[in-house]
Amino acid sequence: MKCRRCREPAIIELRRHNAGFCRDCFVRHCREQVRRAIDEFSMMQPGEHVLVAVSGGKDSLGLWHLLRELGYDADGLYVGLGIGDYSESSASYARAFAHEHGAQLLEIDLVDTYGFDIPEGSLAARRVPCSACGLSKRHVFNEAAMTHGYDVLATGHNLDDEAAVLFGNVLRWQTEYLGRQHPVLPAAPGFVRKVKPLIRLGERELAAYCVVHGIDYIVEECPMAEGNRHLGYKEALNAIEERSPGTKAAFVSTFLERVHSRFVDEATGVRDDLRPCTTCGSPTPPSAAGVCAFCRMRARATGATIPVTAS
Amino acid sequence: MKVVLRNPKRELDVPAPPNVGQLLRDLDVVPESVLVIRNDTLATHDERLSESDVVEIRPVVSGGTA
Repeated sequence: MKCRRCREPAIIELRRHNAGFCRDCFVRHCREQVRRAIDEFSMMQPGEHVLVAVSGGKDSLGLWHLLRELGYDADGLYVGLGIGDYSESSASYARAFAHEHGAQLLEIDLVDTYGFDIPEGSLAARRVPCSACGLSKRHVFNEAAMTHGYDVLATGHNLDDEAAVLFGNVLRWQTEYLGRQHPVLPAAPGFVRKVKPLIRLGERELAAYCVVHGIDYIVEECPMAEGNRHLGYKEALNAIEERSPGTKAAFVSTFLERVHSRFVDEATGVRDDLRPCTTCGSPTPPSAAGVCAFCRMRARATGATIPVTAS
Repeated sequence: MKVVLRNPKRELDVPAPPNVGQLLRDLDVVPESVLVIRNDTLATHDERLSESDVVEIRPVVSGGTA
């Protein structure tokens, strides 16, 4: 197989693009896709201070590398989730990347800072582990970005992640979530701007990007994610993609171009109603009796008492 | 040839098929869900394989929605 651009031997084929790429052209392709995503959705401006949420996996480390290559002032944030050896191992990959590239890595440990870990939070809040983890990361990422004065928080959600989330939201017609599913969530009182610069790259491309740059990342899957719904959606979408390459990209891009705007009002309405959590100050829906979901989970996991106000 | 699989990490000894694409079909692996790495280098599906090759089939699908 030859590279579509330069006719040198290809190292990867991307059926979605009906193309193979050599190393250099593949790297250029990845940079172009990220640059296009940033420009298309006005994610960030040169000179802005970017915080990249890094897990030690291929997507977040690949994103961190790509943003730095594109000239952005990007620091990393690693959150220790207390998932045994998996957390220890993933942290070591994030630290190694920061050390090797001379990048700044902030670290926040859930147990040290908030008094509980994901297994405890999951059990106490009666949430599946991925739900407890997602809630915790969203809270800690936002709080850290606000506290340290970053302009924007970048996460490693890729095309496959967005397709799987969209698939799930459509299957259940979760219209508020559809209105919120966008590569940019603008800043609002209590919220830093959040962006997803990998929206145009699949996870296979991110893994390949890391391999060709010699970026070591944790290949093992989180032991608590095994069998989760999101993985099932990805498996189904990959089976469709195998028969019809380009389906995932079309699913996401068409949603963003033609459908997303129809549901924006539902998401905006919810965001407009938020008020500060009585415990931590984070924006919280009125239905939560004054205390945000993260603080409620934390209180249940640690046995702390929290002040609850009438909604 | 030797095939290295992940999650959990393990090795298989299999007769070398003609190329990478056939190896994935033989092992019933969806190509979109993996990278194939031979001698630390990415391999396309049309690349020929020999009995002396060591090939890693690395999954790229990760879970979590946060």
